[in-house]
Amino acid sequence: MNLQGKVHKFGNDVNTDYIISGRHKFKTLDMKELAKHVMEDLDPEFYNKIDRGDFIVAGSNFGCGSSREQAPLAIINADISAVIAKSFARIFYRNCINTGLPLIECDTDLINPGDALEIDLGAGILHNLTQNIDIPITPLPPVMLKILNDGGLVEHFKKYGGFNFD
Amino acid sequence: MGKTIAEKILSQKSGQDARANDIVVAELDFVMGQDGTSGLAIRAFEEMNSTRVFDPAKIAMVIDHSAPSPLEGVSALHQQMRVFADQQKINFYDIGDGVCHQLVPEQGHVVPGNLVIGADSHTCTYGAINVFSTGVGSTDLAAGLSSGKLWFKVPETFKFVINGKLPPGVHSKDLILYLIGDVTADGATYMAAEYTGEAIAALSIEGRFTISNMAIEMGAKCGLMEADEKTVAWVNAHSNKPFTPVQADPDATYARVKEYNVSKLEPQVAKPHTVDNVSPIGEVAGIPIQQGVIGTCTNGRIEDFRIAANILKGRKLAHGTRLIIAPSSRQVMLQAMREGLIEIFMEAGAAVVTPGCGPCVGTHNGVPSDGENVISTANRNFKGRMGNNKAFIYLASPATVAASVLYGKISDPREFNS
Repeated sequence: MNLQGKVHKFGNDVNTDYIISGRHKFKTLDMKELAKHVMEDLDPEFYNKIDRGDFIVAGSNFGCGSSREQAPLAIINADISAVIAKSFARIFYRNCINTGLPLIECDTDLINPGDALEIDLGAGILHNLTQNIDIPITPLPPVMLKILNDGGLVEHFKKYGGFNFD
Repeated sequence: MGKTIAEKILSQKSGQDARANDIVVAELDFVMGQDGTSGLAIRAFEEMNSTRVFDPAKIAMVIDHSAPSPLEGVSALHQQMRVFADQQKINFYDIGDGVCHQLVPEQGHVVPGNLVIGADSHTCTYGAINVFSTGVGSTDLAAGLSSGKLWFKVPETFKFVINGKLPPGVHSKDLILYLIGDVTADGATYMAAEYTGEAIAALSIEGRFTISNMAIEMGAKCGLMEADEKTVAWVNAHSNKPFTPVQADPDATYARVKEYNVSKLEPQVAKPHTVDNVSPIGEVAGIPIQQGVIGTCTNGRIEDFRIAANILKGRKLAHGTRLIIAPSSRQVMLQAMREGLIEIFMEAGAAVVTPGCGPCVGTHNGVPSDGENVISTANRNFKGRMGNNKAFIYLASPATVAASVLYGKISDPREFNS
């Protein structure tokens, strides 16, 4: 899978309340509607700045806080193609794998706001086109890669009728 | 080589010799969802082509986050849960029954040594009674509902050894806020926390729930404690299920061990807008407060209300200050009524709301106004958490919240020590 887009950069400890606020997420299961409010409390204009395929790039502990799966779903439905951070909080991490949102751990100090990136997920390569550098990324464990490659946990269950990591 | 509590429980439930960083598929003893997460889980369950849950007795759904419903959209989600619960014959708790993390242990659904998932990040609460319980998202919940299993990466363990004796007026909330401030919001990410030592042993089970509840605020997957005599007595009073407590081996391997002495700990307050932004009371005393909240899955238990009532009894809220009391369950509220605590709160000028999550998550029951300061016994103070991103949330113990609403400013509760 090849991904290309520009960078929207955030800081450390971006929690799931910031990704999608509780005052919105309880109202509906319509994720296209929720996506309009993604990152609203950090940047009220964020949704309007996104071009299809763009990346959210952040520091450490991205996705900390509540277990709401509306967080990765709002990001997916806002047409963000992947989230790139120094580290992720664990529930958010699982939720991304399960819903099919690619996430990449790497040194994001090497990425600036507005940079154009190209990512080859299969090969595990992140190329910063603006700065013309390759950034090493931490590979996903095989179990997570299998769920992601199956298209998320729902598709994995449909395919195998339960967990199958053999 | 010895094992941690987390390694032992995941070994038992997976049938493998599970060690830190292994990935296992393990059998679940209990599975829980609430009204913010169950709607998506039911949808995922159906998309997986599942028709029946794996074991109705091992599943609960709880309406607590927006209860009673404040909006049409929420009402539709609640109705979807009621229909699913009825069709699948699972345990179901409707509006007014309480917060999921109070109900699951209080109603005897989980016992020491269990492996539990809940689609709510504070599911780590039951670690206080020796349960490996962890928060998951809706699709993991759906997989659990369908198969009774889930995959886990066996966590490394961060051991917190808490020595000394908490001084009067200083409570388990102050202790966990101090620990989070010390190790920061991602200090235990991907790890199991194990809390041990004489200060933990001295706490009631209710006080221990407060500690384990906030393990997620240091990034931890679960917040485990060993089962002692108090644990066994408490669990037997709430559940008929048989159990065998799981203790850590003396030669278990820990990723990190930190020792503390809490004999001189002061009341602690987490300042806006992160839980690890913690100060001793002296640095924040005097900050004006417009709203106080006592309740939630962190501090909405009977012991918390006894502490608060002791301070509020015969006194009135400061002019211009509000107080919201949100009991964590119907049983807690009934007990508080029998003990006259609700009367004390009402006479002091508090508003008592339906047992449940109260105003913690910004859906109802007390959204603050622009620029207002709130002091709450909850577990999160993120910007916008209570429904207004122009408000400021401070987190503290029930004692500190009670003292603060009497003065209309953040106040040291030790003045009320008797």
